[in-house]
Amino acid sequence: MSGLRLDVDFVDYLILAIYFITVLGVGFMARRAIKNSSDFFLSGRSMPAWVTGLAFVSANLGALEIIGMAANGAQYGLMTLHYYWVGAVPAMVFLGIVMMPFYYGSKVRSVPEFLRRRFNRPTHLFNAVSFAVAQVLIAGVNLYALALILQALLGWPLWLSIVIGAAIVLSYITLGGLSSAIYNEVLQFFVILAGLIPITIIGLVKVGGWHGLVEKVQAGPIGDAALHTFSQTGSSDNPLGANWIGIIFGLGFVLSFGYWTTNFAEVQRALSAKDMSAARRTPIIGAFPKLLIPAVTVIPGLIALVTVQGLGAKEGDLTYNNAIPLLMRDLLPNGVLGVAVTGLVASFMAGMAANVSGFNTVFTYDIWQSYVRKDRPDGYYLRVGRIATIVGVIVGIGTAFIAAGFDNIMNYIQALFSLFNAPLFATFIVGMFWKRMTPWAGFFSLVLGFLASLTLYLGYLGDVFAFNSDLEESFWGAGAAFVTAVVVAVVVTLFTTSKPDDELRGLVYGLAGPSTGVDVIVSGDKVWWRNPVILGAIALVLAVLLYIPFW
Amino acid sequence: MNRLFDLRAVIGGMFTLYGVIVTILGLFDTPAEIEKAQGVRINLWMGLAMLALGLLMLLWLRLNPPKPVETTEEEAPARED
Repeated sequence: MSGLRLDVDFVDYLILAIYFITVLGVGFMARRAIKNSSDFFLSGRSMPAWVTGLAFVSANLGALEIIGMAANGAQYGLMTLHYYWVGAVPAMVFLGIVMMPFYYGSKVRSVPEFLRRRFNRPTHLFNAVSFAVAQVLIAGVNLYALALILQALLGWPLWLSIVIGAAIVLSYITLGGLSSAIYNEVLQFFVILAGLIPITIIGLVKVGGWHGLVEKVQAGPIGDAALHTFSQTGSSDNPLGANWIGIIFGLGFVLSFGYWTTNFAEVQRALSAKDMSAARRTPIIGAFPKLLIPAVTVIPGLIALVTVQGLGAKEGDLTYNNAIPLLMRDLLPNGVLGVAVTGLVASFMAGMAANVSGFNTVFTYDIWQSYVRKDRPDGYYLRVGRIATIVGVIVGIGTAFIAAGFDNIMNYIQALFSLFNAPLFATFIVGMFWKRMTPWAGFFSLVLGFLASLTLYLGYLGDVFAFNSDLEESFWGAGAAFVTAVVVAVVVTLFTTSKPDDELRGLVYGLAGPSTGVDVIVSGDKVWWRNPVILGAIALVLAVLLYIPFW
Repeated sequence: MNRLFDLRAVIGGMFTLYGVIVTILGLFDTPAEIEKAQGVRINLWMGLAMLALGLLMLLWLRLNPPKPVETTEEEAPARED
């Protein structure tokens, strides 16, 4: 692994140390503001929109995402842009405009809690437990990936990185709860950008600017196909191996809406906003940086493709996943190098902290308070939340060593998403817009949707079903889960009893509680630049316009 | 978050410090380091950019300070069930 070793010096370590101290300081300062469990789990619902919006995008900007998207940029070219402009922005806008009035307006504290009120306790328990397990597993993966990269870049032993990373995240979340996670996520957002921007600038200078990059990519292994997004998607004969139907419906609709609109680790950021308008603007404000992030992930991927000899090896130092680390090694002098290392470390911690803070909330409110110990004083649940954080991180350390057994971490994560999020989205969307959908329809559509996706995944692993790539499997798995969940929801509804309208107010479209009428969804705020619908429309138009030069 | 410290102070403070460190480093970059960065004085430019971000955050905080803490009783934490 020594081939990736960076030439770090005292200043680089100083920059990293300053970051660690700041992050812990935020934890200690946030602690003083925590008086009850709502402060700990939901930041007392008091955050301004710019903070929750940047935290929203930062919670997704884990290092796996950054490293993975640069790797995809090198492997598939500009088709990777679909992950941002089709695969994220529309879902983020939809969450803000259409779904947030239900989430925020119903005053639920978590996504599973919404399911309990819309459907029934079995649905709630199934979702709460599967979410809690998935979050701990993903936190472990983040930890393990952090350790791997620090081993390669700095020569730290795996256990040391795992212990340090876990200890820091554990400290600041146990101390300051969601406030400290969110504050640190916003800080991480800027550090990550400060680390990625110099890589992009120097990389572009090296290849002779944008025109130089275009010429070199055309002469490179993927050729001109690497510079287009849609023009070759009439068939699957393109770098990504997917046609436009798969891209728009598989990636853009099922996978992306499933991830962004029902993943509590994301939605939690919006629930902490100070009012309905800020909550609705949270994902939409996040959509604007999301539009531009590929400039510092996908473009470095292309730069690595044309400047690093032999990139794309199956194993060793020259795998696609090392695109960003290789550019850091080759291009960055000490100083900005320290900032870039700090940015990578920050992004791992952002990912892990999002998982841990989602986990402790769901564990405390949805599992412990709902099924184990009810009706205790609020301070009791605050303590449970802190203990759950500690236990979650310790179990995460354990799963980090399990993750060490998988050779492709990204695929492991993708598989988890297509198993859990796709059926959840289907259950949600039907339940939100069809008031007749019954409690048991919710339960069975969730469980059978999950089983449909699991069947495809296991069949693919066991060579029963053949797919061109892991990616294709996850598209189809998500699609199967979605269709199954919708069909089951309709069929079970026909044979069971619906909830009375009064119990569904504020949870279902058309049964307006105080916050979910058509007028609320359309209007929003008085001034236009705080109106979610106008901001969301601008984000969507930008996503379309950005595609034009890369058609 | 009214009761909490202001995030702009944290971002502003840390980036001002980063900016100062990296800018000073950039002023004294050796030719070999500039060579490695393809002739771009990246430490100098990124240092100044981070300094500007830090100072802007602090300026924003100064011009638009957080509203004074309200003394109203906080809302009841738990709801139904």
